[in-house]
Amino acid sequence: MQTIYNLFRDNIRQYGMIIALVLITGLFWILTDGINFTPLNLTNLILQNGFILVLAVGMVLVIITGNIDLSVGSVVAVIGAIAGVLIINMGVPVWIAVILSLLAGALIGVWQGFWVAYVGVPSFIVTLGGMLIFRGLTLWLLDGKSLAPFPDSFQKISGGFIPNIGGGDIHLLTIGLAIILSLALVWIEFRKRSQQLQHQLDVLPLWVSLLKLAILISVINYFMYQLALNKGLPTVLVIVIGLIIIYTFIMNNTVMGRHVYATGGNRKAADLSGIKTKRVVFWVFVNNGLLAALAGLMFAARLNSATPAAGNMLELDAIAAVFIGGASMAGGVGTVIGAIVGGLVMGVMNNGMSLIGIGIDWQQTIKGFVLLAAVAFDVYTKNKR
Amino acid sequence: MSENYILEMQNITKEFPGVKALDHVNFKVKKGDIHSLVGENGAGKSTLMKVLSGVYPYGTYDGQILFNGKVSEFKDIKQSEELGIVIIHQELALSPYLSIAENIFLGNERQSKNIIKWRQTYQEAEKLLKRVGLTDSPETIVSEIGVGKQQLVEIAKALSKDVKLLILDEPTAALNENDSENLLNLLLELKKQGISSILISHKLNEVTQVSDSITILRDGQTIETLNTSETEISEDRIIKGMVGRELTSRFPDRNPKIGDIVFEVKNWNVYHPQQSDRKMIDNASLFVRKGEIVGIAGLMGAGRTELAMSIFGKSYGKKITGELWKDGQRVEFNTVSDAIQAGVVYATEDRKTYGLNLIDDVKHNITLANLKRITSRNVISKNKEITAADKSRKEFNIKTPSIDQLVGNLSGGNQQKVVLSKWIFTDPDVLILDEPTRGIDVGAKFEIYTQINKLAEQGLAVIVISSELPEVIGLSDRIYTMSEGKITQEVTKENATQETLMKYMTAKGMGENANNL
Repeated sequence: MQTIYNLFRDNIRQYGMIIALVLITGLFWILTDGINFTPLNLTNLILQNGFILVLAVGMVLVIITGNIDLSVGSVVAVIGAIAGVLIINMGVPVWIAVILSLLAGALIGVWQGFWVAYVGVPSFIVTLGGMLIFRGLTLWLLDGKSLAPFPDSFQKISGGFIPNIGGGDIHLLTIGLAIILSLALVWIEFRKRSQQLQHQLDVLPLWVSLLKLAILISVINYFMYQLALNKGLPTVLVIVIGLIIIYTFIMNNTVMGRHVYATGGNRKAADLSGIKTKRVVFWVFVNNGLLAALAGLMFAARLNSATPAAGNMLELDAIAAVFIGGASMAGGVGTVIGAIVGGLVMGVMNNGMSLIGIGIDWQQTIKGFVLLAAVAFDVYTKNKR
Repeated sequence: MSENYILEMQNITKEFPGVKALDHVNFKVKKGDIHSLVGENGAGKSTLMKVLSGVYPYGTYDGQILFNGKVSEFKDIKQSEELGIVIIHQELALSPYLSIAENIFLGNERQSKNIIKWRQTYQEAEKLLKRVGLTDSPETIVSEIGVGKQQLVEIAKALSKDVKLLILDEPTAALNENDSENLLNLLLELKKQGISSILISHKLNEVTQVSDSITILRDGQTIETLNTSETEISEDRIIKGMVGRELTSRFPDRNPKIGDIVFEVKNWNVYHPQQSDRKMIDNASLFVRKGEIVGIAGLMGAGRTELAMSIFGKSYGKKITGELWKDGQRVEFNTVSDAIQAGVVYATEDRKTYGLNLIDDVKHNITLANLKRITSRNVISKNKEITAADKSRKEFNIKTPSIDQLVGNLSGGNQQKVVLSKWIFTDPDVLILDEPTRGIDVGAKFEIYTQINKLAEQGLAVIVISSELPEVIGLSDRIYTMSEGKITQEVTKENATQETLMKYMTAKGMGENANNL
């Protein structure tokens, strides 16, 4: 029992967030008479929030280093504009335009990372400048007008689904992937247990592991089954899951990830441990530029146009997602999964409130309170310890 | 009887959990005197002054304070300042981007109905500046004047509060020869105006130069009060009172097996990172042999940490010159990782600010400086990490419920063991430890000493920086003393007594050179 208690106490923030997500989802399930759980709506939820989740993944790294990036909304816009000009005006092949757009995003990251890491201008200022600069460049590129439409192949980035092999009513590849994912989770959990036993560490009781797996697998399978009843697994979800897996691995298992946490946790100590913290901050910004570019492409593809107002205020959604997901303003704390859960909390609320007809005015207000409550809870539990 | 005394502190006892910082201290200052308070680091000088100024409010200590013959029970600094007791700390408390005049009247503004009267502010500031011998305009921004002048502004600020008793904590530590001389002359000048002062200083030549009386504290007790008006007091006489601390910590036995020279520093010079004309380390040379423990003894401000950090990948200072030799070869450490790779590592004196990531767990802290050892193709092997951290935990006897515990939740002694583990994990040849037992209880100290001895036995060259003389003497095979940025002497274990060391630690390091500045 002790280990379970410890497990809960040490992860209260993470579990608290997941519990909150479940409660909020449940609340809207009741309020919408279950409409939010229909296959169509679940698909929509993903399509609507995919780019915010991508932004949140990039943003959480920036925030862990103790910085902030206010420019990602404008970067989303300028990348959409670049893609629009390249593809629609200049007729560049889609795949080349995509690569060039991603490169442009990385270059923006290089620019901002240089000022923050090597010159030492506070990231708040650098990216506030960036927010204006890239919004202005968007207006200039688009001449203040929208560009549309994109070719079908480009729209697939955001609106596509994985192919339906077999072609029946139920999307078989989606079901297949659900089963593979479930098996992978079982394998990972049991490998972890055997390694913990091997190193004589505390191991969770078997029934806890099994219960955890049972809940996770039924949620995943239910979710995937619902998607399979609609059009199958959206490309966006494949991208997001891919990013979650890659970035969770980087943050937990690689030297780079460890250096990011160390830099944010205590920069002076990291310096005196031989970590090149300037380089770390620089690359985190480059990475964020790249991911913001990816989000920009997804956004443009979903809208099927490049517009001057694209991505307005998106940076605030991404930052809110990261803080709801348990990151600390002071740096050193935060997880990719947390940011994703935070993003989903925001997404489920947006979606649910729209379904029951709450206006945009109250939606904003309620989201503001949720952000405040989540972080206040965080501060409260930390002080209590 | 109290007619002559402006201040009488009687039987002051102040306890912190587990430590008696002050033990029945008696301290009296005569009206119009300059009274010096001397003692080693940790002798209780600062604590005594905090009791006096109300930082530790009445009720948290035992004993009685009489000011001008009246019993005083200060609840905070404001109350003591109202009576004219003003303390000037070693770290100046000026607001750097406000003007001199604004700083002088900070919290005490010349105003009517919350509107500042600027003309009165500047006029009065000008008068005060004249009294301390400053000719700068009161509108000058504080960050634009040097430390010496800032010190004088602090005194002007004290004068604005109608000071009766001025307390100066290490006022000349950051000053050069000229500024120090100025400041001391100012103290003598104020004395003529009837202002009494308490001077806390490590620089015994200054103490003997200006004091009327000298009180020596040691281990939280008053040792003696010397009166300089009757007989001349020599520096040696003061040192005799300061040292002779009881050996409260025992030291583990050891048979040193000393080999060849592993690491050598030659003619090392370092300048202050901001004040580029201020020399922090002056021509320091030292070496350490395999299996040897070398002590560097110096009081606060002697440049010990600056020396070590400038060696460790130029982490401190500017315009660094000199040579480093490792295993007979000339080396150059431009970054911290250069030094770590060459096997020279430095464990900081301030583990919370510079040593550890307190919001991360024990295992991540231990492996951070040498992730390579548990990594293949940039991927960290968690199993190797757990095994390694567990091994360190057992080896250094780190008391923690698990290696997943956050370092911030551990006690000071155990945090220090994590720091040691971290640097040993980099497999060094030379280990520089800066105040390795600061803020640690006696039991944990003994454990750290045992570990240090064990490491030396395994062939490491260890440099221990410490201001605690018993510690330096108990641990070291050979000792360098430092004072004012210079290595003043090399003392063998056989010749190392607390008195000889203290003499060299308070010697005027910059001696002849100072005149050329």
